[in-house]
Amino acid sequence: MKTNNVMLHTITRIVTFIILLFSIYLFFAGHNNPGGGFIGGLMTASALLLMYLTFDMTTIKKALPFNFTHIIASGLLIAILTGVTSMLLGYPFLHQFDDYFNLPLFGEVHLATALPFDLGIYLVVVGIALLIILTIGEDDK
Amino acid sequence: MTSLHWAILAPFLLAILIPFFYKYVRQIHTGWFVLVLPLSLFVFFLQFLPITSNGGVIHETVPWVPSLGINFTVYLDGLSLLFALLISGIGSLVVLYSIYYLSKKTESLNNFYVYLLMFMGAMFGVVISDNLIVLYVFWELTSLASSLLISYWFHREKSTYGAQKSMLITVFGGFSMLGGFSLLYVMTGTFSIREIIEVADVIVTSPLFLPAMILVLLGAFTKSAQFPFHIWLPDAMEAPTPVSAYLHSATMVKAGIYLVARLTPVFGGVAEWFWLVAGFGIVTLCWGSISAVRQKDLKSILAFSTISQLGLIMCLLGLGSASLYYGYGTDTTMYTTATLAAIFHLINHATFKGSLFMTVGIIDHETGTRDIRKLGGLMSIMPITFTISLIGVASMAGLPPFNGFLSKEMFFTGVLNAATLDIFNMETWGLLFPVLAWIASVFTFLYCMIMFFQTFTGEFKEENYDRHVHEAPIGMLISPIILGSLVIIFGFFPNLLSYTLIEPAMAAILPGLLAPNETFYVNIYMWHGFNTELFMTIGVIVVGTLFFLSMKKWAKTAIYLRERDPLNYVYDHSLVWLVKGSTKVTHIQMTGLLRDYFAYMITFLVLMVGYTLYRYNAFTIDTVNVAEISPYMWILTFVFIAATLSIPFINHRITAIIVVGIIGFLLALFFVVFRAPDLALTQLLIETVMVVLLLLAFYHLPELRKEKFTPRFKMTNAVISVAVGVVVTLTALSAYALSHTNNMNPISDFFVENSYDLAGGKNMVNVILVDFRGLDTLLEVLVLGIAALGVVTLIKLRMTGREDV
Repeated sequence: MKTNNVMLHTITRIVTFIILLFSIYLFFAGHNNPGGGFIGGLMTASALLLMYLTFDMTTIKKALPFNFTHIIASGLLIAILTGVTSMLLGYPFLHQFDDYFNLPLFGEVHLATALPFDLGIYLVVVGIALLIILTIGEDDK
Repeated sequence: MTSLHWAILAPFLLAILIPFFYKYVRQIHTGWFVLVLPLSLFVFFLQFLPITSNGGVIHETVPWVPSLGINFTVYLDGLSLLFALLISGIGSLVVLYSIYYLSKKTESLNNFYVYLLMFMGAMFGVVISDNLIVLYVFWELTSLASSLLISYWFHREKSTYGAQKSMLITVFGGFSMLGGFSLLYVMTGTFSIREIIEVADVIVTSPLFLPAMILVLLGAFTKSAQFPFHIWLPDAMEAPTPVSAYLHSATMVKAGIYLVARLTPVFGGVAEWFWLVAGFGIVTLCWGSISAVRQKDLKSILAFSTISQLGLIMCLLGLGSASLYYGYGTDTTMYTTATLAAIFHLINHATFKGSLFMTVGIIDHETGTRDIRKLGGLMSIMPITFTISLIGVASMAGLPPFNGFLSKEMFFTGVLNAATLDIFNMETWGLLFPVLAWIASVFTFLYCMIMFFQTFTGEFKEENYDRHVHEAPIGMLISPIILGSLVIIFGFFPNLLSYTLIEPAMAAILPGLLAPNETFYVNIYMWHGFNTELFMTIGVIVVGTLFFLSMKKWAKTAIYLRERDPLNYVYDHSLVWLVKGSTKVTHIQMTGLLRDYFAYMITFLVLMVGYTLYRYNAFTIDTVNVAEISPYMWILTFVFIAATLSIPFINHRITAIIVVGIIGFLLALFFVVFRAPDLALTQLLIETVMVVLLLLAFYHLPELRKEKFTPRFKMTNAVISVAVGVVVTLTALSAYALSHTNNMNPISDFFVENSYDLAGGKNMVNVILVDFRGLDTLLEVLVLGIAALGVVTLIKLRMTGREDV
């Protein structure tokens, strides 16, 4: 696409930012409100997708130099390691721990081991969605 | 997690680090890092010797899937410890040897040591686990690791052939074994070997007893290369020699022996077990020893020799199990000799066969050939190798004063005792055992002589070798020297082993035979008087030597020239038929049309669900409790139906995509109406991504064209789709009605009550995803990941085969 669509580009820049923020909110809100790793991941993927649709492929590749295969792998690893950690402590696989902590700036925060597990899911979902779409999109044969 | 659990896991943990050692510490041979582990494990296991030799056992459980009775339970008694020491001890020597055998410049050592460590850990897991399922997992892991090791030089066609063969045969056995284990679970309700042994007298009467026994034995026989499953072992000799020394003399092939020994208390004491184990053992012994004589390759001779010796041990275990029939008494000591001989020979075999494999590896490494027709006169050129080989071969042939002599004499005692048994129809067939054993021993003696004299004596012909032949470096000789020394030490002081290793192992194989605080009387003598056994040995030596001297006469006969085992043809042909058969089946089922697959899957689903509903008479429709439907819902439903019905009439692809998108978004709207924000959000996002994806792929899709379908085809499709709709609706309605009439507690109540208390989250959907059913989620994303990789391989790489992602 050669045309330089200023409106689209400007709006996309802003909107992508908002969607990304929202996806991060969704990710963290997941345990108590609608959201979570799967939805957050999809939201992030759609934000990035919007960027891919607006700008051309090479620009984005410069901006986001990620190998999505590696992202899938690291997401899976994080999720599995969360499960294995509880095994090492003598609990069954994927046993969950949670407790309340008083952190500076944040006040009382509820932390659960579901979070790193969810982070793994998040990464896998982002990686898969983008990997599939980009692979098909880039295919020019 | 106790130290024993960690001992099993340690090799796997080290395996993760190997690629780093290999990549960043290039100047040091990776083997040195590996060597530390088996050495320290050997020392670690040694400290349990005092415990087990006093009859103690160690038993620790880590829950794994407690609800299914699957726990990571370690159980260390005399038998397990014996094997653990073999695995770690021989493992150390093999790793040391491999450091000199495999060059750090040309070989991909990272692969080798990762496979080797994986194998080692799996072997520990097999022998120390008490839980049958855990044992099975490790068992299959040994098959996997060993076939990776066999195909280590994967560019050679023979290596991959051998690896595939070993894998097919041992995994086939493993599956049968799993079936046997499941039957044991059905009979006893537990997977714990210890608990099964406690109720052994109950399961003997069960109708499932015999099938379970046969299935388990299939596993043990395939693993331990018993006739007729032995054909994989000679082909496995394509592996690097350290691997052959480790897997095929000391560890993997002995897993089957271990299993038979371990389950003797469960199955032993009945005629079927006795005949199957002892019978297949003695046939394997004869077949292996006769086949070994025909081989021209040193490693092949050793391979068939291993097969025959495994048969010998198996046979002895079968004979020894007869003592369980008699129960405790003075008579039993006579029959336990067989078990004693089995364990003693197991240790001896590991020592002499290990050292022989290593010397053969040295010969191969230094001369470039293993063909006995080319070799000759190495005695003066490789004096140390010659000496070690002499010790090993003499022990294998059963000559005094080496340990092989002792265990062979006890083997003769065992088969002679068997001839005097008067149970299990042994009155008529009992004499077969000593006769066959004696014949096999003659052939054993013969191939030992062939192997030894052809290699080391005679004339040294320099032109036969493509390199300068010289003695191996000292580092390569250390391991065989240690093993050779053990052969002599165990020969002269066999009772070093009797109290520490053999007695506790016997007690583990034959429990309940001893009164409390009593041990088996094991006293092994080199000189046991002029008895039948000694005359049998003398006979073996005389006849064997005569055969060897007259070799020229019968060396031209057809039997001698045929190197390849005739049973291989059965394997090759069945493989061809397997491929042909599966191609046929696949062609019926895999038409390449997506709609056929859908039709199969959905029809199956409808039939199953419909039948279940019919069978349990579950059709109920309850209109009393149904809530009122608002006009808003009516409109939504109408649009939904209209959109769905319009799809078959759309001729433009882009319209079709948009309509499908509408259906998806409407579904999200339904979720919103029914207050499921999580699902609505997910549905919306998925739908968006899907529509983008479809549009991206749009460019590549072929034109929609009017297809002409026969009315019959259309009818079938209509019937299937209507059936799906009806069955799903009926199921939903019935489920709804049943939940009201039967006073059932829906599972959602559990999540509502417990999601905050147990998982600390207020969003039930998310808590289910990450906690209550976290494993499901993990595996689902794993599936998604595999699908994504599939897309990449299909589109980006356009793989033509033999490529890696």
